[in-house]
Amino acid sequence: MFTAFQCIIRRDLLLALRRRSDIFTTLFFFIIVVSLFPLGIGPDADTLRLIAPGIMWVAALLASMLALERLFANDYADGSLEQMMLTPQPLFLLVLGKVVAHWLVTGLPLVLIAPLLGVQYDLSVEGVEILLITLLLGTPVLSLIGAIGAALTLGVRGGGVLVSLLVLPLYIPVLIFGAGAVEASVSGLGAEGHIYLLAAIFVMALCFAPLAAAAALRLSME
Amino acid sequence: MASGSINWFKYSAPSNFYVLAGRIVPWAAVLAVVLGVIGLYLSFFVAPTDFRQGEGYRIMFIHVPAAWMSMFIYVVMACWAAVGLVMNTRVSFMMVTALAPTGAMFTFIALWTGALWGKPMWGAWWVWDARLTSELILLFLYIGFMALQSSISDSRRADRAGALLVLVGVVNIPIIYYSVKWWNTLHQGASISLDAAPTMAAIMLWTLIVMTLACWAYTIAVAYARARCIVLERERNTTWVKELVGDQKHG
Repeated sequence: MFTAFQCIIRRDLLLALRRRSDIFTTLFFFIIVVSLFPLGIGPDADTLRLIAPGIMWVAALLASMLALERLFANDYADGSLEQMMLTPQPLFLLVLGKVVAHWLVTGLPLVLIAPLLGVQYDLSVEGVEILLITLLLGTPVLSLIGAIGAALTLGVRGGGVLVSLLVLPLYIPVLIFGAGAVEASVSGLGAEGHIYLLAAIFVMALCFAPLAAAAALRLSME
Repeated sequence: MASGSINWFKYSAPSNFYVLAGRIVPWAAVLAVVLGVIGLYLSFFVAPTDFRQGEGYRIMFIHVPAAWMSMFIYVVMACWAAVGLVMNTRVSFMMVTALAPTGAMFTFIALWTGALWGKPMWGAWWVWDARLTSELILLFLYIGFMALQSSISDSRRADRAGALLVLVGVVNIPIIYYSVKWWNTLHQGASISLDAAPTMAAIMLWTLIVMTLACWAYTIAVAYARARCIVLERERNTTWVKELVGDQKHG
């Protein structure tokens, strides 16, 4: 069972490495969106420090949503998804494997680049640390919840826009607690509460999202 | 099924459901009109002027029932969705589809009247308070559900995908309910609770209850009427629908 899990992750990572442009599009989208805001709002450091957490998180939300379409679409198109579903392995484990690989390719780069962008926004060291922790906890949730939306809209006309409509409302709690944690720590309130809630959401998404996504995949493949 | 009790599964057949819904709709419609008239009379002429908020508070009598209905309808949709996925009954999915537009309408009314109420009371059309925000998210969820259903042409898949989405989205309902306690912002706390005496006058409470019941009856009437249309549309190739339509043409 876990061999299958590892196989899926290794396969998806290998596929992503063969097509590196996919990784870089998401990453550069994130960087560009974050860099656009100072141009629109003005270079005042105080304002930027204030809005930094929110902008980082919104940009991360949009970037991870952009990448969702590729989660199942390619495998669906060439039929390998169907073959995976025919295997005796539990489907939710395969979905979880795909989500983990997807996060490693699209989520982790965002987390790693975020401190650099935080410096651009003049965040304090403590603020950057909290940003890193919340992104580390939050971006997997985005991939997990996004998998449900991606599975539901598989092969549906206008799928890309539809995914955003389905998934973005469900992302909002992550946004609130993620950006809230950084804000709370910058203003000296302590970010623990927000981080614990974010961790709780992560655990819940980890337990239930693969099951829901697996059920959605079964529907889409009927 | 124990003998003597009603066999509810009888009504999971679209043809039986169609007849049952046809019987319920007129009663619910009449009830909605009667209760609505009584409720409006009470709210405009009987309920006293509030000593702090003046006449403006009367918008509460539509705002609060609409907000309650918006959340309650989503829970009902989730229940029907769960029943549909577990029992594999088509009528349950039809009810989910039929309830969604009404739920979205009540959500919109709650937001709209909330804005109208907020302007004189708080001095702002909109504040980014937790309850307002979660009501807005609820509207997004309704719209997302309807968009998903309408973009899938195969009705079986559309039903199931929508049901799954509703079940995922129902996680949002407790967040709405507990947000007042979690964030504790500008929006006033709940005035009615089950374990404490209400802080409003009895006549206001009764008006609110009558208006809520009117909204309930309206929802039942509209949802069943819509479900009847969906039944006819989906079952158009069956004999009983052809006979029904044929009867009406000739008779």
